[in-house]
Amino acid sequence: MLVSPENLVYTKTPLMTDKPLSYCPGCGHGTVHRMIMEVVDEMGIQADTIGIAPVGCSVLAYEFMNIDMQQAAHGRAPALATGIKRCWPDKYVFTYQGDGDLAAIGTAETIHACNRGENIAIFFVNNGIYGMTGGQMAPTTLPGMRSSTTPYGRDVALMGNPLKITELVAMLPGTFYVSRHSVHTPLNVRKFKRAARMAFENQKLNKGVSFIEIVSNCNSGWKMSPVDANKWMEDNMFPFYPLGDIKVNGEMVSKPTKAE
Amino acid sequence: MAKIKGAIVIDIERCKGCEVCIVSCPTGVIRLEKKVNGKGYHFAYPALPDNCTGCANCAVVCPDGVITVYRKKVEE
Amino acid sequence: MGEKKLMKGNEAFAEAAIRSGCDAYFGYPITPQSEVMEYLAAQQPHLRTGMVLLQAESEVAAINMVYGAAGTGKKVMTSSSSPGISLKQEGISYLVGSELPCLILNVVRGGPGLGTIQPSQADYFQSTKGGGHGDYRMIVLAPASVQEMSDFVKLGFDLAFKYRNPVLMLSDGIIGQMMEQVELFEQMPRATEFDQTWATTGKTPDRERNIITSVNLDPAVQERHNHKLQAKYQKMQQEEVRYESFDCEDADYLLIAYGCSARICQKSVKLARAKGIKAGLLRPITLFPFPTVEIKRLAGKVKGMMAVELSAGQMVEDVRLAVDGRVQVAFYGRMGGMVHSPEEVVDALIKHFSIG
Repeated sequence: MLVSPENLVYTKTPLMTDKPLSYCPGCGHGTVHRMIMEVVDEMGIQADTIGIAPVGCSVLAYEFMNIDMQQAAHGRAPALATGIKRCWPDKYVFTYQGDGDLAAIGTAETIHACNRGENIAIFFVNNGIYGMTGGQMAPTTLPGMRSSTTPYGRDVALMGNPLKITELVAMLPGTFYVSRHSVHTPLNVRKFKRAARMAFENQKLNKGVSFIEIVSNCNSGWKMSPVDANKWMEDNMFPFYPLGDIKVNGEMVSKPTKAE
Repeated sequence: MAKIKGAIVIDIERCKGCEVCIVSCPTGVIRLEKKVNGKGYHFAYPALPDNCTGCANCAVVCPDGVITVYRKKVEE
Repeated sequence: MGEKKLMKGNEAFAEAAIRSGCDAYFGYPITPQSEVMEYLAAQQPHLRTGMVLLQAESEVAAINMVYGAAGTGKKVMTSSSSPGISLKQEGISYLVGSELPCLILNVVRGGPGLGTIQPSQADYFQSTKGGGHGDYRMIVLAPASVQEMSDFVKLGFDLAFKYRNPVLMLSDGIIGQMMEQVELFEQMPRATEFDQTWATTGKTPDRERNIITSVNLDPAVQERHNHKLQAKYQKMQQEEVRYESFDCEDADYLLIAYGCSARICQKSVKLARAKGIKAGLLRPITLFPFPTVEIKRLAGKVKGMMAVELSAGQMVEDVRLAVDGRVQVAFYGRMGGMVHSPEEVVDALIKHFSIG
């Protein structure tokens, strides 16, 4: 019998609840959630992990991750994480945020938590759009990219430039590990999981923030099928937001790329 | 000679039919069912199960974590 | 007898924070309350008790650090002054919605806008009627002395944890800045071991996961949550009303004032009585819950009441609601950082009620 417990090689971690995910078909959030929970599971740190959910599509992340969590006001997750970690320095604390949350309304909290070198992990899911409110322009919306508030494409002269906040925080002395990933292929998912593991392991070192951006799709907001959205992401998002490590063990490994 | 045999089990009621697993399968095992599940989604199913190597690519990339993978060495 | 010291109100508050066993303070500088964080920093509370002290990048960040730490069951606080408290309102609403205890100090200054750095009591509405979005209340303690700036820290934390709700100390630039003798309470242990079964301290196998959140997408659930919160506020109104009376029982005219205005009005009562006017003073100590029942009782005994505030007249509305037309309620107040003298309060009383 092939389908029997002794032959099991992969199943959803028990650190994900059985609640069906509220995300659109093909959305990367679910995969990011699951990989973070696999890391917590494999490290055996469920009893010592506290997560912070943002405002945005992943506002209900605490419904899906089987750990203690707090839900933050829009953009304030790094402040919550700071408060928690300062009071519980031996716990593993992470924030889970989208691009509107982290790179627009929460920019100050993001920059200062990173600059202080809080000993936390920040998972930043960047899909270039405000997904939950219906696809408005985000701080990360690409030049020329359409959204419900840039129906003719983002005009940089009028609406300003997209913000590469990951490159920005990498330049701050308080960040220890800064890396950009995606979860749209099995290989990328596995790479992201290794990075997520490092983000948690780094907290044992007390060396500062581990900041991981996940460039993801928003097929509903982009108005494409999930597979087409992933292709569009490779062709358009990755050139602007290139994948890979930016800072490892407190040292820059790639030069900051200039915005187009 | 030993051969790796795999099998996948898809929780079809939780599948949203995004097809990301389909393009991630190296041996073309998975297809989308014409029928829909209780939520109204066409769901993925192993159309060519004999081709499955149990690599778990589909399960790893599945956003909703609905795929369970089994693998076994079998003697030919 | 506890240790006696001559201290500023803000310093007494900070010293009391350490002595109360507080786990963490998160703040941002603003006049006239900056001495709180300065005093804490000089005291190195991490060496005295292990208390965390962190200067945040903004009032917004500070209140959200409080929110995070409070969610883990810790005894945490912040302080600010009017414009900074306005910035904290979003976080306060979240704290209330998530039912988290914490202590917040507002050393009120003149407004609106950036206003002045002089004392004011114009944040009464903001403090007692909600302040942030949604239906909510906080217990509001109004210290009128440096002693109470210390004592109310302990009381405030007790009430915050009793109700799992933020408690606000509504002070002002006079009480925060003036120096008085204060008898400090003994150092209390920090509650490093505690039984906050609701707190996010990491899910263990023996319990379900703990979630700190204020979002309910189902309006029926959110309405039930609101009913639960309202029941708490009703319980506060039944159990937590605090006030102080000066010469009320034989009074013909009653002054009603809190905080620094109550201190000024104590002198006004003496001046009025020296003129043969039987004046009394009721000082609400809790502004929410308001001493409605006592004011209603006194309304049946006096010829007139006058609320005295450093504002355009805010608390006076609650006095009028309590009195419900039984007696005339006048108002006297200064604004924008100006402070009334005891004499001008007496003059206002005489003028309003055409006494003599």
